[in-house]
Amino acid sequence: MSKSVSTAKPKQSFGSYIRRYWQLYLLLLLPMLYLIIFKYVPMIYVQIAFKKYSIVQSVWKMPWAKNHGMQYFIQAFSNPDFLRALRNTIGLNLLDLVVGFPIPIIFALILNELVFTKFKKVVQTITYMPHFLSWVIIYGLALQLFAPSTGFVNILITKMGGETVPFLNDPAHWIWTYIFLGVWQSFGWNSIVYLAAIAGINSELYEAASVDGAGRFSKMWHITLPGIRPTIVILLIMAIGNIVGSGFDRPFALQNNLVMNVAEVLSTYVYRYGIKGLQFSLTTAVGLFQSVVGVIFLLGANTLSRKLGERGLW
Amino acid sequence: MKVKSAKGKIGDWVFVLICALISLICILPMLNLLARSLSGTDYLIRHEVYLWPKGLNFNAYSTVLSDPKYIRAFFYTVALTVVSTFVSLFMTTICAYPLIFPQLKGRGLFNILITITMFFNAGTIPNYLLIQKLGMLDKPIVLILPYCLSVYNMIIMRSFFYGIPDSLRESAEIDGASFLRILWSVYIPLSKPVMATLALFYAVGRWNGYSDALMYVKKPEYYPLQLLLYNILKNINSVEVATQEGFSMPGLSDSLKAAIVMFSTIPILCIYPFLQKYFIHGVMVGAVKE
Repeated sequence: MSKSVSTAKPKQSFGSYIRRYWQLYLLLLLPMLYLIIFKYVPMIYVQIAFKKYSIVQSVWKMPWAKNHGMQYFIQAFSNPDFLRALRNTIGLNLLDLVVGFPIPIIFALILNELVFTKFKKVVQTITYMPHFLSWVIIYGLALQLFAPSTGFVNILITKMGGETVPFLNDPAHWIWTYIFLGVWQSFGWNSIVYLAAIAGINSELYEAASVDGAGRFSKMWHITLPGIRPTIVILLIMAIGNIVGSGFDRPFALQNNLVMNVAEVLSTYVYRYGIKGLQFSLTTAVGLFQSVVGVIFLLGANTLSRKLGERGLW
Repeated sequence: MKVKSAKGKIGDWVFVLICALISLICILPMLNLLARSLSGTDYLIRHEVYLWPKGLNFNAYSTVLSDPKYIRAFFYTVALTVVSTFVSLFMTTICAYPLIFPQLKGRGLFNILITITMFFNAGTIPNYLLIQKLGMLDKPIVLILPYCLSVYNMIIMRSFFYGIPDSLRESAEIDGASFLRILWSVYIPLSKPVMATLALFYAVGRWNGYSDALMYVKKPEYYPLQLLLYNILKNINSVEVATQEGFSMPGLSDSLKAAIVMFSTIPILCIYPFLQKYFIHGVMVGAVKE
């Protein structure tokens, strides 16, 4: 079978191909070694989730755990601390999704309405800034703002005759502080993607709408929002895929002993039980559970969005 | 030219007002922190400091700057950040460049190998066991190597490389330039915006990261600044001491804490506005698929 070849070049032999392209493979050598060592070798260790961990044996030789290797998954799901961490992870992520997901979209729509370019630049510089602060620093800021008697916000509240609000050490208040700080840190940065999508909308659509007498808000609703819908869908799918995932830096920096009941999430649970408590098999099982559920949710959200007629991730 | 109606003009100003308020919310916490770090102890105890320092003094900063612990951690973290930014940019470049060649055999395989790592992560404990096995625990290199290539950043760079016209590459090839030569004298000089963007991302990541140090580093002399700061804010003197949450005491300790937070934030705040024009472009490239 002769394939139609796009280039006129004669078929190269393997030797001449290598002589010509070896430099590209040389360049790829280090990155591939990196991926194999730091991303794929740890996957070998994932089997610890099904095995009884022993410090002296190689991971291949460790004995299988009880209940057909499922012992640690059973143990996790009968452990109240794990169930609490799972509940908190899902709960906080859902709140982040409901509160935090629409805000960058709305903010991008607002920014897009600004007619003074200089002012728009300044607003962008300021609102992107929190993204560049570490969670430790944001915790430091939160202490200065929300500490019970010495925090800026509480001083203002007491000066106006109110009671101090326990923003950081009462569970119900802590949840909202956590959500607020998350939005504060990321809404500006996350709006960039939407601004980029808005910039890609055909400007003739707006002109035509103006001719038809459409106002500011009806243009937003009928042109801008539909124009950025594919971007919204993609980011929503990724957010849903991350519903049992949890970053470490944010919850770990913000939690304290008084609010652990709502603040302990899976990532910090794994740190406490695994790295501090040395329960490697149990916490590897928890990590594997998180990864697998994450992939399932991602695929599920993607399939659903394609069923609903959107493009999806792929 | 379309002339705006009076209603439209008022509307424009309403949006200006909204944006000004949002910007205030972003910047007020920083101003409050700055004011506290520069204020006198008495005023802090009497809860009189808001957004402007009262009893202006630099005692807190001179305390921080004369403490070798902070100075050492600062320069150590600067060194870590510079080295890991260079290593990461190097790795990202040599990974992204070969993948733009359609002639590269096995490109599909490489791409699959790369993409899988974006969706499936082995998890905290397997990564920890690997680091342990490699003998990297408690060594500064553990804060450089394990995160020296971000697949997400690599995709941003590759998209940028795709945007450089093939004709430039092909004419260099005809002139007999090797692929390394083309990378060095065609692609890298044209890639300043994406290099600046990714340098910023990597540098910020290293400067702000503390969880890897928390897990992999036990020796306090190898703590990066953020982990030191974490321990100060949480009132942890030794690593193993139970974390009894301490809310900041008023007075010197409060302004001192504020000064330490400022001290560890300022480098980032000084650098990032200058790179803004680059990174907006970088994020946009990353946002567009493929």
